[in-house]
Amino acid sequence: MSDIASDAVNTPAPGGLSSAGPRAVVRLAAPWIALAVAFSILPTIFTSESALTMLSMMGIMIVFALSYNMLLGETGLLSFGHAVYYGLGGFLAVHAMNTVIHDALPVPLVVIPLVGGFSGLLFGIIFGSVSTRRAGTVFAMISLGLGELVASSSLILRGFFGGEEGVSTNRTKLLHLFGLNFGPQIQVYYLIAGWCLLCMAAMYALTRTPFGRMCNAVRENPERVQFVGYNPRTLRLIAFSLAGLFAGIAGALAAINFELVNSAEVGAGQSGVVLLAAYIGGIGSFMGPVIGAILVTWLEVMLSDVTDVWQLYFGLLFIGMVMFAPNGIAGLLMMHAPLWQAREYGSMLRLALAYLVALVPALVLLVGLILVIEMTYHLSVKASEGTTISVFHVALDAASKIPWVAAAVLVLGGFWLFRLTWPVVGNAWHDALAHADGRAK
Amino acid sequence: MLELVTISALNGVLYGMLLFLMASGLTLIFSMMGVLNFAHASFYMLGAFFGFQISQILGFWPAFLVAPVLVGGIGALVERYGLRHVHRHGPVAELLFTFGLAFVIEEIVQMIWGKGPVDYRVPAALDFSAFTVFSTNYPAYKMFELLTAVTIFAVLFTVLKRTRVGLIIQASLTHSHMVAMLGHNVPRVFMLVFGVGTGLAAVAGVIAGPALVTQSNMAGALGPILFVVVVVGGLGSLAGAFLASLLIGLVQTFAVSIDLSVADVLGGIGVAPPTGGVLLDVWNVTVAQIAPIIPYLLLVLILIFRPTGLMGTREH
Repeated sequence: MSDIASDAVNTPAPGGLSSAGPRAVVRLAAPWIALAVAFSILPTIFTSESALTMLSMMGIMIVFALSYNMLLGETGLLSFGHAVYYGLGGFLAVHAMNTVIHDALPVPLVVIPLVGGFSGLLFGIIFGSVSTRRAGTVFAMISLGLGELVASSSLILRGFFGGEEGVSTNRTKLLHLFGLNFGPQIQVYYLIAGWCLLCMAAMYALTRTPFGRMCNAVRENPERVQFVGYNPRTLRLIAFSLAGLFAGIAGALAAINFELVNSAEVGAGQSGVVLLAAYIGGIGSFMGPVIGAILVTWLEVMLSDVTDVWQLYFGLLFIGMVMFAPNGIAGLLMMHAPLWQAREYGSMLRLALAYLVALVPALVLLVGLILVIEMTYHLSVKASEGTTISVFHVALDAASKIPWVAAAVLVLGGFWLFRLTWPVVGNAWHDALAHADGRAK
Repeated sequence: MLELVTISALNGVLYGMLLFLMASGLTLIFSMMGVLNFAHASFYMLGAFFGFQISQILGFWPAFLVAPVLVGGIGALVERYGLRHVHRHGPVAELLFTFGLAFVIEEIVQMIWGKGPVDYRVPAALDFSAFTVFSTNYPAYKMFELLTAVTIFAVLFTVLKRTRVGLIIQASLTHSHMVAMLGHNVPRVFMLVFGVGTGLAAVAGVIAGPALVTQSNMAGALGPILFVVVVVGGLGSLAGAFLASLLIGLVQTFAVSIDLSVADVLGGIGVAPPTGGVLLDVWNVTVAQIAPIIPYLLLVLILIFRPTGLMGTREH
């Protein structure tokens, strides 16, 4: 999988495939075969029903986040309304399923995501033709306006969007192929995994085509693209429509998974989640949004079990990433690639030790912050349920002073120690990089 | 009919002036730093909640003065320790920073005051009707809101056009390097503008809080409208923001009071209603129901046909 990530950055010239020998083909196919194997054995490791549901949600989110990155990462279009295509894909898929059931048409469930994809593509072309004339802030604002427009319309057009409760369906009532009725979650998981793999491969392939390269060029310098003889607007429109296509597929997969679509799916919240996922993972490389989608889905499920204010932690994580790691998790990992390639294992070990040293105060700071947030929450909103709370399995009384003093000491002490240890990390990093450079020469 | 028009016009102008209180700060911040502050409506919400909390303890009038100062201070800190740091990562990172900030502020407000509305009331001193138009009593509090907004509008224009500080701010908008060469601390001017801009949004929050509903979704509901105002007016143009604020305020207020649908118009001239599906929804929808959509339609149309906005000069 790391091959994919590094390829996305250090790419050879486009068209390299034509000169590829059999070994190159193996190299190209190997990560995808590994991914397919991983997808198929994951359910044997995580067997519980809830884990399967989470894996399915991750698959959907991967497709959605990658489609978003076709805009933000590849073409440089910051969209605040990408959920429109996801949600409309979901709604049309649900209506298609209900029509198939109602008229007893010979259509299996496996092809339903195509309906979502085509509707995403169609709406992508329609809305894209008005919004992709310009990039930058104007594009961001139009995407926001269109998003709000569709979200507000979804509450008015009740016949299509089903009002507050949404539109439901039954995925088991479609044509059964090979005895698959898609009742059990495991069958749905494999359906989603298959589509996810297909979409990932398609989107990756797109980044390697001349079209994908021109999208990057539009992101970097639209004026020069015009001089080369391309129309930036056309390229943006194509990228936008294709992003809509894949978002629509993701929406249809979600509709199949939950058997329900409601108007929240086209709303600003959903657009925000996909932006967060892609950005936290890292928009600079192909694997970034995949990492982000997995992490964000996992956090959504795990944190919402543990705390009511999980979205706050989510937002703070996002702000932290924007401020300190604008290239996301993938960017942080890629920073270490030169060390790895130079085989500087000694200095990498020293760097890892420095990370460990800085990790301790960072954790102390984190625990302190969590204490403050949880105690505030329990003192204000949940005051009626009593002030005793349990944080990390330790019972605390948020009304007494001692936990507050402890939290303050943890936050301030952790911050102070972190400031002290950070230069250690910085030095270790510079040493390691200098060694790697020396070896390279 | 005349009564409806008069009352709607008054309410529309009031709503428009409140929008302008926020849009003025937003557009100043944009023209200065090139950042469209996603969290601007969140500062408006903070103003309302701070106003509520302080008025519980000290009463409405101290809250009216203290809450905007506090929120403006928070805004200045956000600029100093957040935005300035993110600036070197480029404009997308700045926009995303304010986006994350809006998200976090909403969550913090929910964490402290809950998701439901709080009991933020009109002060007793202003809880009477100012005058009677036809048969409707017009509340004095609304007149107070209008007066505050107009006063601030006048002060803001005077400061920007007639004072030395205003001169430096205007110069920093277009020639920040030159202003820095002349020995002015441009980053501090930025911080000041951000602080004052968010403080103005907080004033709007404090005075609008009792009249509207003070709850944690108020920023999310108003934020997009605010963007519509500054984009329709023309990014960076104060006069445009003023015009667009009044336009949106009046259009939305009038739209909610018109109870007319396609069925009334077409049905009146003998067209048969559709049998079902989406068309039936469209058929029965009234103008009042589509009022929330109108600003976004306006935004999309403006951006397609006049991307500089009504009064804007630059294309971004």
